[in-house]
Amino acid sequence: MATYSPQNRTLISSATLSRRKGKILYRTVLTVVLVLFTLVFLGPLYWMVTGGLKSASEVVANPPTYFPKHPKPGNYHTAWSDFTIPRLLFNTLYYAFGALLFQLIFDVAAAYAISKLRPIFGKLILGGMLATLMIPAAVLVVPQYMTVLDLPVLHVNLIGTPWAIWLPTVANGFNIFLLKRFFDSIPEDLMHAAAIDGAGPLRTLWSIVLPMSRPILGVVSIFAVVNVWKDFLWPMLVEPDPKKQPINIGINSLSQGIPENVIIAGLAIASVPTLLIFLLFQRNIMSGLTAGSLKG
Amino acid sequence: MAATTVPDNTTKRHAGRASGPAGGAARTGLGRKVRHNLQAHGFLIGAVLCFLMFSWYPMVREFIMSFQEKKRGVTTWVGFKNLDRVYHDPYFWTAWKNTAEFTGYALVIGFAVPFVVAIVLNEMRHAQAYLRILVYLPVMLPPVAGVLLFKYFYNPDYGLFNHVLKFFHLPTSQWLDSSHTAMISVVIAATWMNMGAATLIYLAALQNIPGELYEAADLDGAGLLGKIWHVTIPQTRMVLSLMLLLQIVATMQEFTNVFLLTKGGPQNSTMTVVYMVYQYAFNYNNFGSAAALGLFLLLVLIVFSGLYTRLSRNAD
Repeated sequence: MATYSPQNRTLISSATLSRRKGKILYRTVLTVVLVLFTLVFLGPLYWMVTGGLKSASEVVANPPTYFPKHPKPGNYHTAWSDFTIPRLLFNTLYYAFGALLFQLIFDVAAAYAISKLRPIFGKLILGGMLATLMIPAAVLVVPQYMTVLDLPVLHVNLIGTPWAIWLPTVANGFNIFLLKRFFDSIPEDLMHAAAIDGAGPLRTLWSIVLPMSRPILGVVSIFAVVNVWKDFLWPMLVEPDPKKQPINIGINSLSQGIPENVIIAGLAIASVPTLLIFLLFQRNIMSGLTAGSLKG
Repeated sequence: MAATTVPDNTTKRHAGRASGPAGGAARTGLGRKVRHNLQAHGFLIGAVLCFLMFSWYPMVREFIMSFQEKKRGVTTWVGFKNLDRVYHDPYFWTAWKNTAEFTGYALVIGFAVPFVVAIVLNEMRHAQAYLRILVYLPVMLPPVAGVLLFKYFYNPDYGLFNHVLKFFHLPTSQWLDSSHTAMISVVIAATWMNMGAATLIYLAALQNIPGELYEAADLDGAGLLGKIWHVTIPQTRMVLSLMLLLQIVATMQEFTNVFLLTKGGPQNSTMTVVYMVYQYAFNYNNFGSAAALGLFLLLVLIVFSGLYTRLSRNAD
């Protein structure tokens, strides 16, 4: 970032910036940008955390206070129990990691078969999977809901069970696309070498393909977890019981009759896990975003 | 992971073995082929069943449901009745107008803002990593937190936004409580929550622009805006048009923000098509009409997602 050569120069050349006038201008813009961005993006989070510390009357005071007058950490405690946060968090983790597991097993196996084993109809199946990317999710919600209500052939009702969240996440054309594209880049020679050494397809997948695919598995995993964490309409429909809802829905359905300051404290608690995931994996998340997003 | 794939795979392998020797020595090639295919389909079966159950079948069902009606547990074919009903719903055009309005605002605000932000960020020689994290932070919040937080800010009496407006001696607003400003308020909240992703994608595209182009533009005496117009925008044209289509498709499916912030109100001013689908299905229990309305939406959106697919193929 520090050194700029002509190859990676941007709109404004470093030469312009090193002049006196340029320097002053740059410093000013940088300061304005830093202050503005911090206010716009961290400000609301600050307001949320401090709002959760305010008393019931202070949180709706006009004009609002910038610092809680008498901070009440007890609000967080109340929110923790009123929103049954431990249960909601457990539900969320249970759904998220279950979905991750199913996506990793089924989508990796499928993408591997399509990319490396190339069975008959493989191309057709791939086409069918990728075609689902064209269908807007919102259109499918109603028939999907009807399907989950009464699975064809099996006649099982999945509403209220974790399967209603886990299994539909496997039908993710984007995962198949990302994984298949990555597997395609693994040299065929390695596959042949493994076959000559007597490795079957499963062994080859496990010992050769998977260890080479860590970056893409990371991207798929992070998105699998984050998507479940952020999804709203579908989990709201298939998990009507607040005891079984993930945090994103549970907070909303339990917020009736809870005072505003406690609600805000609850929101702050609900935000912690994803923010933590983000700060820990920000590099992977951001590079995964730019790597995958535009090639759908 | 291996433990769970093994059983499924070994049964197929046995099936393959059984068919192999049975074919006799002359057909070992064929036997091997059959075995190989069975094995490969064993790997595919889990995903294929999930796609079948939760993607392909619902797709077909969407069409079938649009032409059916369920009354007292009995399903009958009703032809175009559902399509006709939703088309003549007094709010049909309202919902489309609102969806178009939402998409329009989202493009003006949600499309332009991230691009400008990305251009500014790209010029920053300091603190770029910090700024990038800031922009992306709201994307990672659970939507319920972001949305309910904005609802609190929008409160006309004690909300932060009116306080800030008053501080600068600007006229205050009713935000979500007025049918004139509700939609734009929803869009502002949605933009704050989602712009990080677009910004980072633009930023990556900007960093791929060869610096020589700017050098050349400098030599030609181009100003700042000239360089943006003649270098930056043409160089990022592909990403920009892909993101434009992607955003149209995404914003036309708006539901969560509307559901949490306004429930379609006030006076139906934020009733989007998807919200109307939801109401038909889950408030009025009329799944046939919900599917029919979904079909209208599908017809419109498939144009944009089709364009997107074409364009991204060319980009590859």
